[in-house]
Amino acid sequence: MGALFEKERVLEAENITFRYEAEPVLNHVSLTLHRGELLGLVGPNGSGKSTLLKIILGLLPLQEGSVRWFGTPIERFRDWGRIGYVSQKAASFNTGFPATVEEVVRMGLTARLGLFRRPGRREAEKVLEALDFVGMADVRHRHIGALSGGQQQRVFIARALVGDPDVLILDEPTVGVDARSEERFYALLEKLHRERDLSIILVSHDLGVVSEKMDTIACLNHELFYHGSAAGFRAEREAIVGRTYGHGMAILSHGHASEALRAGAREEGRA
Amino acid sequence: MGVLGEMVAAFWTYPFLRHALLAGLIAGFVAPLIGAFVVVRRLSIIADALAHVMLAGVALGYLLGATYPALSRFPVVGYGTAVALIAALLIERLRTTYRSYSELAIPIIMSTGIGLSIVLIGLARGINVDLIGLLFGNILSVTAGDVLRIAALALVVVGTVALFYKELLFLSFDEEAARVSGVPHRALNFIFSALIALVISVAMQVVGTLLISALITLPVAAALRLAKSFRVLMLLSIVFAETSVLVGLTASYAFDLATGGSIVLVAAGILLAVLAAERLRLGHRRRAGALRRRPIGVERGSASARPDEAGRSEECGRSAPPSPAPAKRISAQRLR
Repeated sequence: MGALFEKERVLEAENITFRYEAEPVLNHVSLTLHRGELLGLVGPNGSGKSTLLKIILGLLPLQEGSVRWFGTPIERFRDWGRIGYVSQKAASFNTGFPATVEEVVRMGLTARLGLFRRPGRREAEKVLEALDFVGMADVRHRHIGALSGGQQQRVFIARALVGDPDVLILDEPTVGVDARSEERFYALLEKLHRERDLSIILVSHDLGVVSEKMDTIACLNHELFYHGSAAGFRAEREAIVGRTYGHGMAILSHGHASEALRAGAREEGRA
Repeated sequence: MGVLGEMVAAFWTYPFLRHALLAGLIAGFVAPLIGAFVVVRRLSIIADALAHVMLAGVALGYLLGATYPALSRFPVVGYGTAVALIAALLIERLRTTYRSYSELAIPIIMSTGIGLSIVLIGLARGINVDLIGLLFGNILSVTAGDVLRIAALALVVVGTVALFYKELLFLSFDEEAARVSGVPHRALNFIFSALIALVISVAMQVVGTLLISALITLPVAAALRLAKSFRVLMLLSIVFAETSVLVGLTASYAFDLATGGSIVLVAAGILLAVLAAERLRLGHRRRAGALRRRPIGVERGSASARPDEAGRSEECGRSAPPSPAPAKRISAQRLR
């Protein structure tokens, strides 16, 4: 585990504070991601996970704090092709949209190609390769809305992978997907990690699976209650969950953030 | 031969008919081209609102031209396009102001635009303004100069769509992911609004401000039932729109009907025919018991459009997110 943290820092978010109008959503949150690290970002619904993602992806403005991608401050970062993103909306997109699986995956090449360049034969090969990787090459000419939820999710992962990113960010990828597809999804993540040495941020409110499959865990509920190894998390799980979710909360319950019990000190579990 | 032969002969003889045909075909190309994006971005209503606001700009152009003769050299449609662009920006602003009532922006802009048009047209009394032509189109008044102007605008539209095709498609499908990919969404959304305004100015003389959104949306609505890919959607939409223009123009010539209305009615007829064919096919499949499971990959290689919605939901056995099939079945039943 220790060797992991000596690797290159892919993402450094420091002291992020964010409020919507007057309501504070994030309070001095810092997050680090290293090359090849699988980071699980967990927390109850409404805890600010998606807000944090949007800030590090530049979808929301930085109010306080700093974000660096590959050492470059986000204000100057332009190399977005290195980041693959599967949004939560991928699970609830307009299924009536007239696009084939191939067309959807081709969209993932937009950043790599840049303006004014059109995808050619090499890009067609990349699309096929990405679809092959997620096991969806057979259905590439089908309408995206005609696929099952699990299949659609794999297509969206292919779209995020087709530009050969260094980082993959997945926002609640297993919502609305059946148990078998979820298993396949985690198998796919392991394969990605093994074969491509990708860094991955997985956002979820499902603590159980994430703490088993990821290297590191960040527990968020407006502030960070734990950021460290998954092993460390599992060892003190009860205490961390108690602090993050509020005491008396069952471990896997998907409750809303408890305002009353946010007094717990921020935990640094990092080695 | 009959009507058709007479028609061809008439096109040969009368330049104004040739101009009408050319203008119609150009509008029938660019309106559904932009329409495909407008419909999937759920902006059909905005296109309609902009067409109405454009009327105010055109009226302003007439008024300014009459007051300051030097200004009458600019085409009035240019004023219309400018006003429509400003309106598009205002709609975006209002949508963020009324965040939880974002659809309110459209009636605000549309009614203000119409009010302004009425006042301006009232002021221009005495000036020769073809109000009926503006509202319902006057394709037979298209001059050679108009054809050139329309063709130039259409070229700009087609060129811009070709340049930004992949970005526009990505933004339409998943705006958030497109933004993360570094797609300049603000600039492109503005360019897109400008394209809508340009298309409206192209189609204004052909079908009139009241019917422009029909030419933008009806062919796409029909194609949407058949297309599985976005390219096919654009292609089919254009085929349907051009068919509407040709048949509508011929019918209006043969039976002395209003041209703009005829074109739009043919487009509506095509949509009805597509829906009816879909229903017939569905009924046929049901009777034949064709709704059994088909393995995935069966349609591999067939990029062609096939309205097999009913078969789709059965074969994928998808669980959580609602599949589009039930809604489609309901709409098919409604036609009974």
